[in-house]
Amino acid sequence: MAFVTPSTTADKYDVIVVGSGAAGGQSAYTLTMEGAKVLMIEAGRNYDPRSETPMFNTPDQAPLRGVGTVEKPFGYFDATIDGGWTVPGEPYTNVSNEHGRKFEWWRARMLGGRTNHWARHALRNGPYDFKPYSRDGLGFDWPISYDDVAPYYDKVEMLVGVYGQNDGYENTPSSPDGCLLPPPKARIGELLAKQKARKIGVPVIPIHRAVLSRPLDHKTIPAKLHPGNARAQRIIAEDMQNRAACFWATSCGRGCAIRANYQSTTVHIPPALATGNLDIITNGMVREVTVDDSGKATGVIYVDKMTRQEHHVSARVVVLAAGSCETVRLMLNSKSKAHPGGLGNSSGLVGKYIMDTVGANWGGQIPALENLPSHNEDGAGGAHVYAPWWLYKEQAAGKLGFARGYHVEFGTGKGMPGGAPFLPDIGGKTSFGPGMKEDARRYYGSHIGFSGRGEMIPNKDSFCEIDPKVVDKWGIPVLRFNWKWSQHEIRQAAHMQRTFADWIEAMGGKNMKAPEPDGTKAIENGGYIIHEVGGTIMGSSGTTSVMNSSAQSWDVKNVFVADGAVFASNADKNPTLTIMALAWRTADRILEEMRRGNI
Amino acid sequence: MNTPSPTRIDRRLAIKWMMAAGAGALLVHPLAFGDAVTSDAGQPKGYGTDPNLMKPYKPGDFWSLTFTEEQRKDVAALCDVIIPADSQSASASALGVTDFIDEWVSAPYEGNVADRKVVMGGLEWLAAESRRRYGAAFAGATDAQRLEICEEMSMKAADGSALEKPSKFFKRFRNLTAMGFYTTPVGMKDIGYVGNLPLAKFDGPPADLVAKLGLTDEVKW
Repeated sequence: MAFVTPSTTADKYDVIVVGSGAAGGQSAYTLTMEGAKVLMIEAGRNYDPRSETPMFNTPDQAPLRGVGTVEKPFGYFDATIDGGWTVPGEPYTNVSNEHGRKFEWWRARMLGGRTNHWARHALRNGPYDFKPYSRDGLGFDWPISYDDVAPYYDKVEMLVGVYGQNDGYENTPSSPDGCLLPPPKARIGELLAKQKARKIGVPVIPIHRAVLSRPLDHKTIPAKLHPGNARAQRIIAEDMQNRAACFWATSCGRGCAIRANYQSTTVHIPPALATGNLDIITNGMVREVTVDDSGKATGVIYVDKMTRQEHHVSARVVVLAAGSCETVRLMLNSKSKAHPGGLGNSSGLVGKYIMDTVGANWGGQIPALENLPSHNEDGAGGAHVYAPWWLYKEQAAGKLGFARGYHVEFGTGKGMPGGAPFLPDIGGKTSFGPGMKEDARRYYGSHIGFSGRGEMIPNKDSFCEIDPKVVDKWGIPVLRFNWKWSQHEIRQAAHMQRTFADWIEAMGGKNMKAPEPDGTKAIENGGYIIHEVGGTIMGSSGTTSVMNSSAQSWDVKNVFVADGAVFASNADKNPTLTIMALAWRTADRILEEMRRGNI
Repeated sequence: MNTPSPTRIDRRLAIKWMMAAGAGALLVHPLAFGDAVTSDAGQPKGYGTDPNLMKPYKPGDFWSLTFTEEQRKDVAALCDVIIPADSQSASASALGVTDFIDEWVSAPYEGNVADRKVVMGGLEWLAAESRRRYGAAFAGATDAQRLEICEEMSMKAADGSALEKPSKFFKRFRNLTAMGFYTTPVGMKDIGYVGNLPLAKFDGPPADLVAKLGLTDEVKW
């Protein structure tokens, strides 16, 4: 089994997995390692990071020096293929185009999806994050707790490789011994930011990122991942030895030809293929989940993008891992006699309560970092440290005016020069000539940029639905978005601005201009941070949620959602690690239910 | 970063897709096309969404260039007033910055189209002003003359003044020149970028620098 075409798919599979990113990759990995026959269907083309990653290319080897365009929003060398906030021929619509009212939907049509370019920030949700309603009366509690997910966080960290450290901060869980790889040493600007942050009460600790700072321990980890399964242990032990540790160069956003960071195409899919239990269809756009008269899923219909022909494939179980809103779209487009409002939508909640991360950015220039002696600051191709949310007590005491927290990611140092200007132009004069060359030597590497990443509370005004008037180039009805931030998010964005400005001052630096006090202006649009979750939230009853605590549809027992659509809240922690942990847990439930003959 | 510019989907194209999708379809959704605001139509076609990243690129590969021979000479001369050669590195034009600015203003993307207007207008002004003052093209003027006109353009000009547009042009052109220069291996070396090399281990900043700034790193390797 391997990459297949519509004419070589099997008659029937145990499980069809729609999507190949963090959720699809983890689902396929867990299921095939335990012997299930799986067909993965990906809407984009096949992608091989080993031969397609421009590891050491410099910007002068790219059009426009590699800066982002609408066709490659994160730059020419970014790993994303056929993706971005727009995908030609595959539109979506917004009810409002006002700033703060529209949703910008990022997709990546390629094997591995968004995992090929993501920032690799791999933070665990904490215990509070699964029970937010119980703490402040807002949003929803999950039907599961941190303790239910913790063993899966352990496994995912050991499988994909995550560097980090246990620091014991509130609601920032520690990993058991043996889960984390050592964090890299901080860069000089990160150390300065850390020391000066003490003045404003902000803790700075090593971040967790899915990058191999050392090779994985292939001797002990496999038995912990797959107890009692010698074949799975052998396959993953072998695969781990084919992943190199980070060689401390090139940005992770390009992907990694030596497989030192996590992307589904380098970590999940190769061992899953090695089991012989995985078939993959690429360029297959799934348009509908088919059901029998009783309403049970029988398989899916997909459009082969190369021929525009539609095909049906059958399976006992369908796992949706298309990316939260794409999963919603597929369910709403799967209408039948048994499910007239869309698959699994008896609650009417499919598409409701979509969430993104609250984002606001700020930057400054730090004289203490000027003219420092040159040394290699590439590091792990991303952040080494960050600030976890630190104001739990003030928030609980009602002192902040918003209910949920944010963490801070920031960047400093002499990274590979791109398109950003670093010349101060003092007094409004545009410097040039020999003096400008001296300025460039002095100021390069003396800037710091902050990004706040905060929790959004789900609300009834943020949802997506099928647009009754528009289809994409495959004839499939598209999504229409409705979006609204609440005062909790807007005030949080304003708080971020104040924090960043204070932090820059604490470092003795200069803010480029006064920080934005108006949160409605500081906050990015929904979807812009690319942490879309929700839309088929899990809960404890079929009237208040779409999925049960096993991410199984309340209405259709052989349909599961493995992606972020099941999130009942969106903690400030980046969602990918939690998506993978839940996908592993869901796959375990599917295997168990199949063994028992329930599905 | 670019954000999507919502435009209306092209109706004829959409119907064509619809027909094509329907031809082999098991199920056809009988939808009419409305006037909803969609996310993607009208997107410029530049290098596309799946260019071959491993293939060496040179300006002109994806879209045709703009500058005339005279403009190229003026651009090269202006680049080199902005970034002249010195003991550490070559001048901007020697590192291909002229070609970079040409490909930049010729590109079909929204920001490039806006810059094209600024840069082409500025070059026109510069050529005319140079002829008027010195009776020569900018590239043919003396070093002192070129410096004089650049000094004037480099000052912040009041809105509505005669130098407002030249001043804005100069700032944009300077930034493009710096971008073009410092993204080459020579330019990177000039400002002290020493990365992009595989290392066996990452040592962090030099210990004496950490000590000098009064900092400490608790992370041990």
